[in-house]
Amino acid sequence: MSAVAMEARPAKRGSISKDRKKAMYWSYFFLMLFVLFFLTPPLYMLIMSLKTSGEIAEARFPWWVFHPTLDNYWSLLGSENFQNFFINSALVSLSTVVVTMLISIPAAFSLSRMKFWGSSTLAAGVFLTYLIPETLLFIPLFKIFSWVTEFTGIELVNHWWVLIFIYPTLTVPFCTWIMIGYFASIPKELDEAALIDGAGWLQVLTRIFIPVALPGIIAATIFAFTVSWADFLYPLVFTTSADQLVLPAGIVTTLIKGDVFEWGRIMTAALLGAMPPLLIYAFLMDYYIAGLTAGATKG
Amino acid sequence: MAQVTLRKVEKKYEETPAVCGIDLDIPDKEFVVLVGPSGCGKTTTLRMIAGLEEITAGEIAIGGEVVNDIPPKDRDIAMVFQNYALYPHMTVYENMSFGLRLKKTPKAEIDRRVQRAAGILNISPLLDRKPKQLSGGQRQRVAMGRAIVRDPKVFLFDEPLSNLDAKLRVHMRTEIKKVHQQVRTTTVYVTHDQVEAMTLADRIVVMNAGHIEQVGTPHELYHRPATRFVAAFIGSPAMNMVPCGVEEAAGSLRFRLSEDLSFPVPQERAERYRPHVGKQKLLFGLRPEHMIEQRPHVEPGQQPFEAKPVVVEPMGSESLVFFVMNGVEACARVNPDCGARVGEPLKLVADLRHVHLIDDETGRVL
Repeated sequence: MSAVAMEARPAKRGSISKDRKKAMYWSYFFLMLFVLFFLTPPLYMLIMSLKTSGEIAEARFPWWVFHPTLDNYWSLLGSENFQNFFINSALVSLSTVVVTMLISIPAAFSLSRMKFWGSSTLAAGVFLTYLIPETLLFIPLFKIFSWVTEFTGIELVNHWWVLIFIYPTLTVPFCTWIMIGYFASIPKELDEAALIDGAGWLQVLTRIFIPVALPGIIAATIFAFTVSWADFLYPLVFTTSADQLVLPAGIVTTLIKGDVFEWGRIMTAALLGAMPPLLIYAFLMDYYIAGLTAGATKG
Repeated sequence: MAQVTLRKVEKKYEETPAVCGIDLDIPDKEFVVLVGPSGCGKTTTLRMIAGLEEITAGEIAIGGEVVNDIPPKDRDIAMVFQNYALYPHMTVYENMSFGLRLKKTPKAEIDRRVQRAAGILNISPLLDRKPKQLSGGQRQRVAMGRAIVRDPKVFLFDEPLSNLDAKLRVHMRTEIKKVHQQVRTTTVYVTHDQVEAMTLADRIVVMNAGHIEQVGTPHELYHRPATRFVAAFIGSPAMNMVPCGVEEAAGSLRFRLSEDLSFPVPQERAERYRPHVGKQKLLFGLRPEHMIEQRPHVEPGQQPFEAKPVVVEPMGSESLVFFVMNGVEACARVNPDCGARVGEPLKLVADLRHVHLIDDETGRVL
């Protein structure tokens, strides 16, 4: 039907009004400005990563590579430490995503669908916890860890896996919050139909809600992954020995020695570290946008 | 298959009453339509039968078993929603078989039931499609198919035709009736459209402000409405209600509509209306189809009068003529060839065999 309507409409090519054209020019101008602004640092990183330490120290012309080399890449990819950081980061991030989803999906589902006493207050509370910055949380967390060690004898500090328990404090509130928004855009009749068809709440969640809300869930997953992949403060505070470090803290602690900065390798490591989130965004961008804007566009 | 019983069923949202203690008996295999304006409590009643809303007070029984505390999945009911509520990630076949798969019904049996329902609804070629590939009418059929395959005790329909265009609505109405004639499952159907109610129902339940106004067959509601609300709600255009009095002169009763217009009360109604002689606030109720143009042969019970049309609406097979009667607008349904013109006096007859006298204070039809 829409195809018929489209054909019937006269072709509008070349009929954009002057105002609209002007608005388009300005939009492009500002968009280009933002693109430049945001892409300059990664470009600079790329340029630096291709230089030798000598060329960097020379500081002749920072925006050009006179003697390009992949030495920084080979040395990092061959370094056992860097491989370790990468594996630790991957394990921590993937585990955090799993833990976050295991908590956030049921939490968002129950808060958005199963009306119970205090559910709306709880939903607001979930969001409020997200507003507390991690810089305020790490000292109390340190205190809690020392109590745990005191009472159970389990040493929590300086283990990469402890981050799997800490990161959800950052990811669960936000993921729950965006999923509450997404779930709210799914018609209530859908779960009612499933309830009448004989499904229990858990089946409504697994057989109906999760497949239907997949864009929202993927958006939350990407967020959780990015946060846990890129977080710097917690790993810096809670892990110290080289075999326990994750990428962001590892790069800084091993490639900056006193006042010696290995700029070429730092930039290379940062670029390589940015690859996994970049690839994920590249493939799942559409889902991410759909997930974040769903609440705004659907009734 | 089963009967549905509601006993003093009440629903309050916080302190706002939505349904105020209704009693209703729906026998096995009956098609009952709950009809009324928005906010009258009809959908809430349906949702309480489904178990989607908790009951504040009272008792609901399906097949003799009280289901107040039984969750929807164990009530053995099927529901068709206004927006179809098809699972978007499943094919038509998967949508229809979802309930049976949850019950772990054998595959062969699922297939037999789905194919049978698809046959009844003419959707066999659509079984592999996803809901978004279907038109509104087809989605509606799938939603009904999902209900039929379950072979439930009761079908519940919540304004299932409201999202369809006018032509498709009429078509699907016939389809729903056909399906009910084939499967004979007890059905509760909610609509705000009185035409849908009249055409589909074995019995209609007219609801207003959380109360049941009247329960009866379409014929009963049309010809013997119990209240002013029912009289006005059933029938389109609505029944004319003109302020009147009943007076007695020389031993016979007359409806007095204005100083120069009165009609004799039919003999068989005289005794019923005599106690109301001289009473204020009465309404003379007569449907537009019982006010027609004057013809050469006046039938018994028809009383001629003259009206001055203010609006004439030609409908093709008939014309609606609007005129003022004792200060209120009235409507007559006349032959399009009778020459009705705005401003020109028109000779009409009122068929008093169908008249209703309504107490404007209590709202009861006398």
